[in-house]
Amino acid sequence: MNINSNNFQPNGPRPKHLTIGRIGMYCFVFMCALFFLMPLYVMIVTSLKDMDEIRSGNLLYIPKVLSFYAWPKAWSEACTGFVCEGLKPGLINSIKITVPSVIVSVSLGAINGYALAFWRFKGAYFFFGLCLFGAFIPYQVMVYPLLKIESAIGIYSSLPGIILVHTIFGMPILTLIFRNFYASLPIDLFKAARIDGGNFIKIFFYVIIPMSTPITIVAVILQVTGIWNDFLLGLVFAGRDNQPMTVQLNNIVQVDYGVAEYNVDMAATILTSLVPLFVYFISGRWFVRGIAAGAIKG
Amino acid sequence: MYYLTKNLASKISLLPMIIISLTVFVGCIIYSFIYSLTGSKLIPALNYVGFQQYERLFKSRKWDVAVENIFIYGFVFTIGCLVIGFLLAVLIDQKIRGESLFRTIFLYPYAMSFVVTGLVWKWVLNPTFGLEHSMHLWGFDWFKLDWLVNRELAIYAVCIAAVWQGAGFVMVLMLAGLRGIDEDIWKSLSIEGIPKWRSYLFVILPMIRPMVVTSIVLIAAGVVKVYDLILALTSGGPGYATTTPAMYVMENFFSRANLGQAFAASIIMFISVVCILAPWAYYEFYFRNKEAK
Repeated sequence: MNINSNNFQPNGPRPKHLTIGRIGMYCFVFMCALFFLMPLYVMIVTSLKDMDEIRSGNLLYIPKVLSFYAWPKAWSEACTGFVCEGLKPGLINSIKITVPSVIVSVSLGAINGYALAFWRFKGAYFFFGLCLFGAFIPYQVMVYPLLKIESAIGIYSSLPGIILVHTIFGMPILTLIFRNFYASLPIDLFKAARIDGGNFIKIFFYVIIPMSTPITIVAVILQVTGIWNDFLLGLVFAGRDNQPMTVQLNNIVQVDYGVAEYNVDMAATILTSLVPLFVYFISGRWFVRGIAAGAIKG
Repeated sequence: MYYLTKNLASKISLLPMIIISLTVFVGCIIYSFIYSLTGSKLIPALNYVGFQQYERLFKSRKWDVAVENIFIYGFVFTIGCLVIGFLLAVLIDQKIRGESLFRTIFLYPYAMSFVVTGLVWKWVLNPTFGLEHSMHLWGFDWFKLDWLVNRELAIYAVCIAAVWQGAGFVMVLMLAGLRGIDEDIWKSLSIEGIPKWRSYLFVILPMIRPMVVTSIVLIAAGVVKVYDLILALTSGGPGYATTTPAMYVMENFFSRANLGQAFAASIIMFISVVCILAPWAYYEFYFRNKEAK
């Protein structure tokens, strides 16, 4: 599953003549693009309409009167259950969960990968196999026992609890991609460092870490989008005070009482997807490598 | 003693992985299996009832619906992603203008969470104010799009949302395969005078088989765990028409206080995932390594 960025270059020159076939093809590509863009477009225009226009007007039209009522409401006033603080606390919680989880899980993955690639010992690969096997277990199988383990050590439904869970579930794939990356480095480099007297820690910090930039970018993208978009684990393990943005978004939109305000819902939806979309748009091809690496997760 | 202290730093640094693998990955499955043999209700209790939970599970009407849904969803979602993903990859491969723009457009849904995907499509497919309403305003009075409130069709609404989200990813995988095809093969195909669509279907598609297999496995792995998307889009409704095994498990754990039943269902989920993934994992990690050596 190696996706090299240079594979994306087309071969040969671009055809010069526009034939009927090519015009038809462009039309088709264009239609597909419209289908893919439609929900994003609907989200944005709906969030900028007022409720009267949403009820009477056409879903697909741009707003007749721009209304910015929904955005501040989604940000700081919309109700999730009995609390009406909008998505702001959710954003803060998501940051509080994502940043440490990414740092801890990526570091752990790098150390694991390094130890497995250069410092093998008998039985190490057996446990690595077990760990990879963990990537295939559906979350539903592990959620309840893990909850029991966490409450036994007293961190269930707290920030450390959810960080530990993200670290655990990120570990198989991160260990795998770091190990594969380190295994592809020239072994002579490692041998030279050994002859120069480097030990486990020194070689890691002075030789390996400086060379790990590309794989670290992939790992961070994978973890940031994965953890930010997580819903199930946040719902179960984060506890009431640390609920991430996705959980709060769902609570805001699925309220059972009161009048549904679709413009507020859509503004909240856009706010929740801003971070992963931002990561996607700035990282481009790195993002593809990241998701391709992480697609087997849980 | 020597064996223990040799390479000690490496052993210590792998200790977290070893502990987590044993306690969480292996431990949780053993724990779930043991308690799936008990009659646990609100709290886990060791009152063994044999395989009664499994019997009850297979007799449950709701589980039947959940399994049926996962098959429909799995089939439609997999085929949809593969066909659309491959088609888009082929189109993008035609040296079209604005290629990177189109690629960006087709892949951006993949950056969105399942919750967001579900909520957006819930709004687009809203029977009162959504697309159906737009079509009526344009004069297409016959147009009907009430899938979300239709017991039979609600699961297909889930499929549409999921394909929208996942097709771009398959496109990227397939495109990587297409771009790896040697130029000489294209030359010889055009000398032979074989039409392009036939070349793609009968020559190129078999050549990128590894990518196709990878795509299928990755999609299939995603099918079993579908939960957030359905929760956001239909909440399992109308009634329990769009419930899935994952939802059945979560419901029995957290709202119905029927732990034994949830454990039994989760073990069945686990076994089905293993059945899907084991052959591929064996090939990818073991067989390939051997081949490489």
